[in-house]
Amino acid sequence: MIGLIGKKKEMTQIFAEDGIVFPVTIIEIAPCVVLQVRTAKRDGYSAVQLGVGKKKKIPLPLKGHIKKAKLETVKSIFEFRISDPENYRVGQKMNVDIFSEGELIDVSGVSKGKGFQGVVKRHGYSGGPKTHGSTSHRVPGSIGASATPARVVKGKKLPGRMGGNRVTVKNLKIVKIEKDNNQLAIKGAIPGSRNSIVLLRKKSKERKKR
Amino acid sequence: MNKKETEKKEIPVFNSGDTIQVFVQIQEGGKTRVQRFQGTVIKKRGAGISQTFTVRKVTQGIGIERIFPLFSPNIEDIKIIRRGKTRRAKLYYLRERKGKKAKIKEAS
Repeated sequence: MIGLIGKKKEMTQIFAEDGIVFPVTIIEIAPCVVLQVRTAKRDGYSAVQLGVGKKKKIPLPLKGHIKKAKLETVKSIFEFRISDPENYRVGQKMNVDIFSEGELIDVSGVSKGKGFQGVVKRHGYSGGPKTHGSTSHRVPGSIGASATPARVVKGKKLPGRMGGNRVTVKNLKIVKIEKDNNQLAIKGAIPGSRNSIVLLRKKSKERKKR
Repeated sequence: MNKKETEKKEIPVFNSGDTIQVFVQIQEGGKTRVQRFQGTVIKKRGAGISQTFTVRKVTQGIGIERIFPLFSPNIEDIKIIRRGKTRRAKLYYLRERKGKKAKIKEAS
């Protein structure tokens, strides 16, 4: 689905007219430029490649690639799958206009790194008893049987690095759009730290009516 | 984005210890009316648009505290009745005090 590349700014709150407070995340969207249009005929799939941002030094091959879109510098490039590649052309600028207030969107980003974490924080294990002589406070407990299978099952949830993964949050509501400074406010929290890059995508699927 | 919002509304400067009157809009069965709430400010917290303040009053021996968001559209007006002089920013000690001991000196 078509989307945009944005930058997470900060979280704050917005008052509705009746005084109800919404927690919102503010996302800044610099105009994204179409660098390439991929079609099913040539590339096997249809998508648009969007680029945004500025960087001092970029590789020469990339320079040649973005020259077609009349750009000199670009920082981040992402592709968005679409079904109508004929509506996009190289060099086209896209901004907040593609979204409207009240629309539900999906937001992806890279979550904050948490470092090496135990199973209680990382996988939500409940840990052991805290008192009554117990010493197994935050341990995972048994991780499998003994002689058979004589190994730990693959994919067993154990301590390790947490965070820094790509996370998508679906169905977030756009509360407000400010076109003059290219910002929009989304209800709720989104993954990542401030100034990190986030992808805003139109809803992947229309939710089935129950 | 919210900076503009905080500049839009004119709010009088008040601090902990001041006695103020808050005019709050209340929805009642489809109608809106304005309610007054008078008391001492015991706390101001937050920054930007998320600032709130707490007003305490004692009615028939029962202390009532209400927390208002400073930039809430439901607050119609804030009137300052009396400026108080305090030595701290959070006046939680008023909760344990009654009568004369719960008095705050007037700022000169």
